[in-house]
Amino acid sequence: MPSTPPLPDSVRAGEYHPPLMQDYRARLDTRFKEVEAVFEEVMAEALAVLGREDICHYLDAARVIGKLGRGVEPMLTFLEEWPSVVRALGAEAVLAEVMGLVMKMHDSPNSRAITPFLQTLAAVARTLTTRAQMRHYLEIADDLMTRTTGSIHGHHTTFPSPGLPDLFAQAPFLLAQLSLAGLKNWVDYGIRNYSSHPQRQTDYFSLQSADSRAVLQRERHGTLFMDVERQLDLYLRGLWRETEHLLPYSTAFDGIRRPIPYHDKLGMRVPDVYDDFVSPFSPGAEGALKGIKAGAEGAAGLRVSGLDRYRATLAHMVGHRRWSQAQIADNWSPFQRMAVEFFEDCRVETLLIREYPGLRRIFLALHPKPVEGACDPETASCLRHRLAMLSRAFLDPGHGYRDPLLNEFVRRFQECMAAGASSTRDIAALALSYVTLSRRASDQFARIHFANTVIDYRDDNRQLWRFIEAGEEEEAFDEPRQLQSEPAEGLPPRHYPEWDYQSLTWRPDWVSVYETLHPKGNPAAIDQLLLKHAALAKRLKRLLDLLKPQDKVRIRYQEEGSELDLDVALRSLIDFRGGATPDPRINMSHKTSGRDIAVMLLLDLSESLNEKAAGSDQTILELSQEAVSLLAWAIERLGDPFAIAGFHSNTRHDVRYLHIKGYGEPWGDDAKARLAAMQAGWSTRMGAAMRHAAHYLKPRPADKRLMLILTDGQPSDVDVQDERLLIEDAHQAVKELDRDGLFTYCISLDPKADDYVSRIFGRHYTVIDNIARLPEKLPELFLALTK
Amino acid sequence: MTDPEQYKVRQEPYYQPQGKEVELYAAAYRKRLPVMVKGPTGCGKSRFVEYMAWKLGKPLITVACNEDMTASDLVGRYLLEANGTRWLDGPLTTAARLGAICYLDEIVEARQDTTVVIHPLTDHRRTLPLDKKGELLQAHSDFQLVISYNPGYQSLLKDLKQSTKQRFTGFDFDYPAPELETTILARETGLAEEMAARLVKIGQVARNLKGHGLDEGISTRLLVYAAMLIEDGVDPLDACRMALVRPITDDSDIRATLDHAIDATFA
Repeated sequence: MPSTPPLPDSVRAGEYHPPLMQDYRARLDTRFKEVEAVFEEVMAEALAVLGREDICHYLDAARVIGKLGRGVEPMLTFLEEWPSVVRALGAEAVLAEVMGLVMKMHDSPNSRAITPFLQTLAAVARTLTTRAQMRHYLEIADDLMTRTTGSIHGHHTTFPSPGLPDLFAQAPFLLAQLSLAGLKNWVDYGIRNYSSHPQRQTDYFSLQSADSRAVLQRERHGTLFMDVERQLDLYLRGLWRETEHLLPYSTAFDGIRRPIPYHDKLGMRVPDVYDDFVSPFSPGAEGALKGIKAGAEGAAGLRVSGLDRYRATLAHMVGHRRWSQAQIADNWSPFQRMAVEFFEDCRVETLLIREYPGLRRIFLALHPKPVEGACDPETASCLRHRLAMLSRAFLDPGHGYRDPLLNEFVRRFQECMAAGASSTRDIAALALSYVTLSRRASDQFARIHFANTVIDYRDDNRQLWRFIEAGEEEEAFDEPRQLQSEPAEGLPPRHYPEWDYQSLTWRPDWVSVYETLHPKGNPAAIDQLLLKHAALAKRLKRLLDLLKPQDKVRIRYQEEGSELDLDVALRSLIDFRGGATPDPRINMSHKTSGRDIAVMLLLDLSESLNEKAAGSDQTILELSQEAVSLLAWAIERLGDPFAIAGFHSNTRHDVRYLHIKGYGEPWGDDAKARLAAMQAGWSTRMGAAMRHAAHYLKPRPADKRLMLILTDGQPSDVDVQDERLLIEDAHQAVKELDRDGLFTYCISLDPKADDYVSRIFGRHYTVIDNIARLPEKLPELFLALTK
Repeated sequence: MTDPEQYKVRQEPYYQPQGKEVELYAAAYRKRLPVMVKGPTGCGKSRFVEYMAWKLGKPLITVACNEDMTASDLVGRYLLEANGTRWLDGPLTTAARLGAICYLDEIVEARQDTTVVIHPLTDHRRTLPLDKKGELLQAHSDFQLVISYNPGYQSLLKDLKQSTKQRFTGFDFDYPAPELETTILARETGLAEEMAARLVKIGQVARNLKGHGLDEGISTRLLVYAAMLIEDGVDPLDACRMALVRPITDDSDIRATLDHAIDATFA
């Protein structure tokens, strides 16, 4: 900024000049006591990282923030945090952009968010590390603010963005889990789904709500367990003949004490996500690693994909399951146990590498390489460091350690392993003798050298130990806790995903579908309806008789036909030549006989069905009822297997799928009674209902499987504001069904439906304008479809 | 009369016995009992039959069965000629006349009514009635019938009738044990034992996945192909992908698993 007044030349970073402090104070121009109290300390820190120009900008910015009228907190925070930001991002940090956002928040109703923004800025800067990324972060925050600030329900006041302060508060955590692109998706999702719901928006951005966490999980960087679960199953089964269950545990919310992989009775526990691992040392220097394509990795070290890390973890656990025997731990000290664990881990890994030599590359890349002499035995406990070195040396022929005792033990270890698989007992003996021989008094120190000793693909070895004294006897008297299971009412809900067309992603397990039997009414009512339409039924019957069966059958011995039947022709000719009377029926033809069609009739039972149909004194519901009765009667006569179900929804948590007739049921009184009791209510969440209906139609063995959907309006639900969302979701459902070989066809009673119906069903739909004629149209339509 | 020499197996086919099958087959042949060879694809069924024909010094007539095959394709038919008709023996009739071993490969592929024509040849009668020709053919004393099929076929329609099954003595074939398979690969292709053992290991991985996305594991035949490619100087990783993984599956997860097994084995 050219307007900055120059400071005296004697000012240099890091030096303390009391007279100058007065200048700085004047520049800051504040009378907050809290600032006065810490001013000199803050300045000392700022002077350490900021140049002369920057100090001025820093103080100017602080002054502006102090005069925003938000109290002392923002100014104080800024003064304290900014030097850390500069340290993380470099001297020309993004002050202008940060101030731009602060001013924008001040100008909008969002000034409450300024303090949280400044509070986490330094932590955010530390994870982002570049200025470009910092700018992206500011843009994401700006975007959230712009899109969620505004009036709610038509009020004429503007409301602050409910989620913004929470986003800032969560930002360091979020950025530790997500890439910036992931953060953007996560924020986008929150805005899209909760922009008009302040409380839920707050829940979302403060990571309180379930789907906030679910979306976070989906966007995390690295290899997600759920993406590779099948591959890992195949890996265990194929390479190791293991059929253990894999159970992920979450690593996202356990910052202080990271869980370690382990296996127990229920299965193998692995983290839910593994980032790619780049080992810090270059592969060129490693004797054992020669011959591996180092080209792409270059000096950056070996890269191990998240999938390979999972494989290494699983292989290690498999090794223990195969070759380790539990040892009684009571008589061993914690140090001894640790040594036994290290030795046993190496033993199983050696055996694993024998099985698949390629594992050595992965193990070595993941295994830390402790530097010899990095731990000072005078000041810290080095046992861990020694064991990690030893573990490295056991696996890495090119370890290059010079310690004679270490090399002696590597030799003894290899001797032990040379004979065969050895055993946990033998290797434990070796480990104990190592602890004895390498013992130092400093091993007891509380300060333990941890650097480069954590081997994170190894499990916690809980299966390796058996404790006798833990007093299993007392516990044996405790009754195992019985879980009281409540008798289930109806079927448990099934969860279906929903398609989000904006992000082109699935919302996992988004919709809950409850299936129940439709309540029953009086079956005679349906018979009455059929009687009423007796004339129509008669006409339909003629149509039915004309309906051609579908399957092809070959008919031989035809005088006239579509093809020459060679065998018969030859035989006739032979007869002819032989003087016998030839058979003239030397052709064959094809005819069709038999039908193989399974039908699913899905009825929209939403509230709008209760309206009177145009040009009729019956409601749409009554007309549908008549039409469905006639159709069911017609299909029954044809002998095609068919099912009828209705659906309606009341938000995504409660989609009702009402069973009216199943494939196994006859078209009898039960089914008729349910149809007679048909009632309308609530909304139309079509996609979920179609997916659920497909779940019944798909296993039908028929050649052709048809799903007829009778609806009177476009898909909608009370919890969805975006009209297109459910339309696109239904379209997605149609595509899924199509992929599974199910044919979908929509009969719409909404005269204005063309627009959205064609978007959902392509060309597979009919709009019936004259609803009063539905009872005759519907069966005709079906017959035409299956002719 | 057809020349039986053309059906003779001239060179000794390489066959590595897995058990007592060679002696048992020889015994069945001495008594002229019909033999059924079962086993997954590419495990050496046809090779075994060929080997036995060579060992016994008998001609071998092989018929690959298919769905369109009719009884006359097996037995024979009249052909039209300029001045009349001529009878042409089918492969089964030829074998019965010559005293050859008739090998019906993948018999379940043929329709069940077709396979019924073999019935009179496979019991004590050892005759083949040629009804069109009006001849009752008494089988040559050296004639023997062998059929093969793959029980792994998951189809309700494709199975043998009980009445057909119960006319045969049976051999169950499976992929050889790892050491044996290694020997086979090395012997068949000249590949070093150590390399062959690694190929076999990959084969094992795929066989463990059978039923979890794979209908059949990697067959010995495919392993031999891979070994041939490696022997020819192809990089083992490429050879394995080309011969072992790409042919058997399009499932990306299984591919990734098998590719990883290859990488882990050829480190």
